[in-house]
Amino acid sequence: MTNAIEVHALAKSFGRTKALDGLDLTVRTGEVHAFLGPNGAGKTTTIRILLGLLRKDGGTASLLGGDPWRDAAALHARLGYVPGDVTLWPNLTGGEIIDLLGRLRGHPPDAQRKQALIERFALDPAKKARAYSKGNRQKVALIAALASDAELLILDEPTSGLDPLMEAVFRDCVGDERRRGRTVLLSSHILAEAEALADRVTIIRDGRTAETGTLTELRHLTHITIDAELAGPVSLAGLAGLHSVELDGPRLHCEVDPAALNDLLRRLTAVGVVTLTSRPPTLEELFLRLYSSERPTARATR
Amino acid sequence: MNGFAGTAVITRLALRRDRIMLPAWVYLITAGLASTAYTFRKLYPTAAARAAFAVTGGGNPALRFLYGRLYGSSTGALTVWRYGIWAALFGALMTIFIVIRHTRADEEAGRQELMGSAVVGRQAALSAGLLAAATANLALIVLLCLALPLTGLPAAGSVALALAIAASGLAFTGIAGVAAQLASGARGARGLAFGVLGAAFVLRAIGDSAGPGGPAWLSWASPLGWVELTRPFGGPRWWVLALSLGLAAAGALVAYALAARRDYGAGLLPDRPGPATASRWLRGPATLAWRLQRGALAGWAGGVACVFAVSGAAAKGIGSLLGSSAQLRDEFTRLGGETAITSAYLAALMLLAGLAAAGYATSVLVGLRAAETGGLAEPLLATAAGRLRWGLSQLAVAGAGAAVLLATAGLAAGLGYGLRTGAAGPQAARLLGAALAQLPAALLPPAVAMALVGVWPGGAVAGAWTALGAVAVIDLFGQALGLSHWLLDVSPFTHTPRLPGGPVSAAPLLWLSLAAVALGVFGLAALRRRDLG
Repeated sequence: MTNAIEVHALAKSFGRTKALDGLDLTVRTGEVHAFLGPNGAGKTTTIRILLGLLRKDGGTASLLGGDPWRDAAALHARLGYVPGDVTLWPNLTGGEIIDLLGRLRGHPPDAQRKQALIERFALDPAKKARAYSKGNRQKVALIAALASDAELLILDEPTSGLDPLMEAVFRDCVGDERRRGRTVLLSSHILAEAEALADRVTIIRDGRTAETGTLTELRHLTHITIDAELAGPVSLAGLAGLHSVELDGPRLHCEVDPAALNDLLRRLTAVGVVTLTSRPPTLEELFLRLYSSERPTARATR
Repeated sequence: MNGFAGTAVITRLALRRDRIMLPAWVYLITAGLASTAYTFRKLYPTAAARAAFAVTGGGNPALRFLYGRLYGSSTGALTVWRYGIWAALFGALMTIFIVIRHTRADEEAGRQELMGSAVVGRQAALSAGLLAAATANLALIVLLCLALPLTGLPAAGSVALALAIAASGLAFTGIAGVAAQLASGARGARGLAFGVLGAAFVLRAIGDSAGPGGPAWLSWASPLGWVELTRPFGGPRWWVLALSLGLAAAGALVAYALAARRDYGAGLLPDRPGPATASRWLRGPATLAWRLQRGALAGWAGGVACVFAVSGAAAKGIGSLLGSSAQLRDEFTRLGGETAITSAYLAALMLLAGLAAAGYATSVLVGLRAAETGGLAEPLLATAAGRLRWGLSQLAVAGAGAAVLLATAGLAAGLGYGLRTGAAGPQAARLLGAALAQLPAALLPPAVAMALVGVWPGGAVAGAWTALGAVAVIDLFGQALGLSHWLLDVSPFTHTPRLPGGPVSAAPLLWLSLAAVALGVFGLAALRRRDLG
């Protein structure tokens, strides 16, 4: 089996609102896959269908080779999940909940590993859940998922309540998990996190897949930023694929399509280059371009 | 900052949020009273007929326990006797729901944090809750003063009854305000206020049904008792209203004083740290459901044990109440004499136990839906515990809890009665059996709740409580209201043998059980098929 998650043309409506409208998502076994999209794009709906909490209206979805609706309980024994909005039983302690979730999954967590994670995330396991802040509730769910032996981790915006220190711990942990061969589906808003962790990325908008691929592949979809200081004045006339050109004597700032980069550089070196920086687009720029091209309409998040 | 800043805005918000629930409560309470008055007028049109009914009904201790004292034999007096205290009880329930909803429930959900960050004083939310409840009680006064004279009741008595019921509602407004400060969450606050309401009902029930030399004064210790003691249609004692209003004011003052000292989100008792690891037995949805319910069940069982022990003890001497007139004695001999009257009283107790058990089990099953909308079902169902085990676990805890409550009620009533008559063992066994005979009927309303959670999640909570309320109304008032036979048959308790004293037959118990199981299975099957969340 090479794909942990395979979703094709997935559709789901709530009444008249179409939450998902032909979504595709493929997560290969052993990779960290970032699942990106603006609020209300359908990330959580997709995850809930994958968990068998919602029934799909159309398309196909397979999770670890099984049907997420029919084989829900059997599949859940093999995955760990951190909800986007973690709610815990207020009168149980964090430690009790971590143990309970592990046992419910069928594999009680290894005590040593659990203890190590509790220390790493600096969680007080003896506190009642009602006394935890949002970040601490998230830590409880994260520790329960990471301490398990699950093949697949589904993390829905897992760091939205964590402080930067804990975010770094989280990144280290996900790195460790990848090295151990676990598959991670990471839904996120935090682009730096996806950029640092993900092997591949899927960006969705309005319930559809907008782009999918490795970051390198996606970068080809957008412009490269060039800042150069030249030996003399240059003429850029006749060059295709240039955008927002600012030419101020010997200084040049512009954006260029990846395909047109060679032509531009030839023109520049002909004049003589003093300094040159060329920067690939950040995920953020990619993201902004994908969303600003068409203003997404507000959709109810479920 | 002024502690009351923003009260007006928040009160308007509260009333807007209650724009359906509040008028519905007020309407139902008024409709209950008006239809009781109308029915008595139709069933007993002459003074002679009413007088005869007053002798048998007003003198029967079992009926006095359930409904209260009868002052006079006018239609108005009969109406107050049969429904006045219950109308006040429903009014108190409405009040408690409103106050807690706009204080602790909002605080727990975090909405108050958002509001409190605006120009809103720390007493504003409490004030809004109290004012919303007061508004509901004022609306009740207006509607009752309009509706009751229309059924032919005298105007002065109608006003007195309306004021008495609303004043008792205001007293419970204060009590709910205090409960909202003491408990550490909305559920605890509601439980505390309901506990006080239950105690008020039982105090007056024992006082009202007490025989000669019995503790009749207990009725004066209960805000619900004050409603009947105002004697709306038997020469009104207006000054009794001052007791309710005084309690309301005292409650509000204590609530404000506590609210000024309390931290946001905290009760008066701080949280202690718990175990850092889960105990060995906490390992599945069933043990989790038990762990989450055991505290509430212990509270219910404790309350039930006190109430039924005292009520059972009050059964002794109930038959001797009627020594006074020859006419009364003849009437009661016709009804079966002292043994039959005591049995009828104990059977009425068992019916109340059945309703309490049904209420507890319904609250547990409605909890399934609350877990779903509150986000607690999601982490559970993302594990290998399937929906079926989740639902079954909750059903098991609800059913076992109902059985525990009924057994507690039967044993406590039997011991209370038996210790006073010198036969504790046999009476405890007899009433334990009588209580457990209510179990199949008590499981039917929660089974309806389960079915609703399965097929109609959006309306399940309201639907389940409405079903239980309908059953309670049919059992308590169906015969007095002259409801048609098929409507009486809707309540499962109509089919349960009247125990102790009545003939025992297993057939209805069997098919009631089957119906409960079928509904539960149907609900579980539907729950497996639908979207969650």
